[in-house]
Amino acid sequence: MNGFDAPKIEYFTVSPILIVLGVAVIGVLVEAFAPRKLRYPLQVGTALVGLAAAFATSVVVFARLNPFAGDVKAGKVVAEGALAADGPAVFCWLLVLVLGALSVLLFAERRLEAGVVGFAGQAAALPGTEAEREASTSGLEHTEVFPLIMFAIGGMLLFPAANDLLTMFVALEVLSLPLYLLCGLARRRRLLSQEAALKYFLLGAFSSGFFVYGIALVYGYAGSMGFAQIAAAVQADGGERGLLLAGIALISVGLLFKVGAAPFHSWTPDVYQGAPTAVTAFMAAATKVAAFGALLRLFYVAFGGNRTDWTPMIWAVAILTMVVGSVLAISQTDIKRMLAYSSIAHAGFILTGFLGIRSLDEVAAGGLTGVSAVLFYLTTYGFTTLAAFAIVTLVRDGGGEATHLARWQGLGKESPLVAGAFAFLLLAMAGIPLTSGFTGKWAVFAAALQVGAWPVVIVAVLMSAVAAYFYVRVIVLMFFSEPVGDGPSVTTPSIMTSVVIGFGVLATLVLGIVPGALIDVLGRVGVFIR
Amino acid sequence: MSVTPFIVLSAILFTIGAVGVLTRRNAIVVFMCVELMLNASNLALITFAKANGNLDGQIAAFFVMVVAAAEVVVGLAIIMTIFRTRRSASVDDASLLKY
Repeated sequence: MNGFDAPKIEYFTVSPILIVLGVAVIGVLVEAFAPRKLRYPLQVGTALVGLAAAFATSVVVFARLNPFAGDVKAGKVVAEGALAADGPAVFCWLLVLVLGALSVLLFAERRLEAGVVGFAGQAAALPGTEAEREASTSGLEHTEVFPLIMFAIGGMLLFPAANDLLTMFVALEVLSLPLYLLCGLARRRRLLSQEAALKYFLLGAFSSGFFVYGIALVYGYAGSMGFAQIAAAVQADGGERGLLLAGIALISVGLLFKVGAAPFHSWTPDVYQGAPTAVTAFMAAATKVAAFGALLRLFYVAFGGNRTDWTPMIWAVAILTMVVGSVLAISQTDIKRMLAYSSIAHAGFILTGFLGIRSLDEVAAGGLTGVSAVLFYLTTYGFTTLAAFAIVTLVRDGGGEATHLARWQGLGKESPLVAGAFAFLLLAMAGIPLTSGFTGKWAVFAAALQVGAWPVVIVAVLMSAVAAYFYVRVIVLMFFSEPVGDGPSVTTPSIMTSVVIGFGVLATLVLGIVPGALIDVLGRVGVFIR
Repeated sequence: MSVTPFIVLSAILFTIGAVGVLTRRNAIVVFMCVELMLNASNLALITFAKANGNLDGQIAAFFVMVVAAAEVVVGLAIIMTIFRTRRSASVDDASLLKY
């Protein structure tokens, strides 16, 4: 024995993850020791400060990534090979941190529910009982939601940076478990919320079962969990090929479930509809970023050597996802459910960009790789969808949010500003020029076309047209039909929700008109390292 | 020692678990079937660790166990809440969200 070598951890590089998880633990302590009155300001304050600190260190880490081929970032493998802090990973960190901070603002909104947050006053009190009424009249609120979202954000930072299968699995669970709980904590319509939590949990656990078995098979093939060693084994092409292919298939089930791609999408509409809208916004925006970051790294780095084996699968999944999402969204009558199907369709569009896998030397100067196209789309979609769900929280009647589409009739005449902002966001999701949705779609389609995936792009264009139909239908409903009497009203939110909506609309507009700056940054993000 | 019998056993256990998730109606039993899938994966991980001659798989099995325990905490909390509300743990009864 040569004695024990302490593992070498690059603490500064991984500090964003450590800060976020540390703040989550502080949040738990606050919950245990702070008096009830102080908890809300303490929780919101520490969460936002923690996210800001993590963002600042991420920016420094991003700036310090050691350069590779001129301006392009390279990054390095840290923490004994468990994490890879390269351009795409750190970009995902920045994006998740911004989206997470905006979601914390949505979570903290108190004016819409008359002075309490939009989560159950006391989750243990049964719906419709005296205990529940008492909890709500005495103004109880669960400030535990803030540590929970911080743990979820911590998992989302770990997920796209994970450089071996085991870290990836742990990150997947760290981001999922808090989300299962958050889904079940709505203040209104608690039966729907609990049902959403149950469905999300059982299906999520089922999919992670597949994920783990896939890990075991790939480990059996490659003899290691590390992506670099797996890539080397795939290149060498020794061993049982069947193990590798079955392992890839099973791992894909777990990851495609998380991004909500068909045929593993069935949880999405139920969970998005039943969960508290702030949680839905967070899931739709941030989970997609983290899960696609991880999906890209796993397939490009570990399984890049046999891409001819798995690209047909991604072709099929992308086409199916776009068709299912766009076609089923047409018949929806609930706004949250419609946005859920639209998020499925968007997952399909992102998978289209995922097909654009090429190594950096194949790309002409300034050209978009699949990685940068996907990251660009995730940025545009994240801000748009976050703002859209934030607006859904504003349209309310006596029973809480009025999510049925018929209730939105004539909203444009009652509150032109809010309806106008929502219409703009829907146009962005449809991909109309001068919005970020158009530039995002252009980027992923261009990336897919460059590798000859034109059948997928044709389906994608057709499905964009189908999707435009149901987005425009909502706009017509809001602006060109008469308001029904006794309709919902738009509640004036506090500064927090206003910031989220304003930021989302602004990002959608700016990225639509001058996408150049972000594309320039993404062009230098570079590729995944191993 | 051949690894095939162990892998076959783990595949059988995994399949029993997966089929159980799809066919059983009680949320607790569904959840137990998920746990069976995770434990089948543990068996495969340990078998491959032996075959590959390194410890990665055995360490991974420990992590899977810890994660499974954390999942039980969250899962039973959710199932308990819905049981207290509905007086039923059947996954068929929770059907307000559809289409």
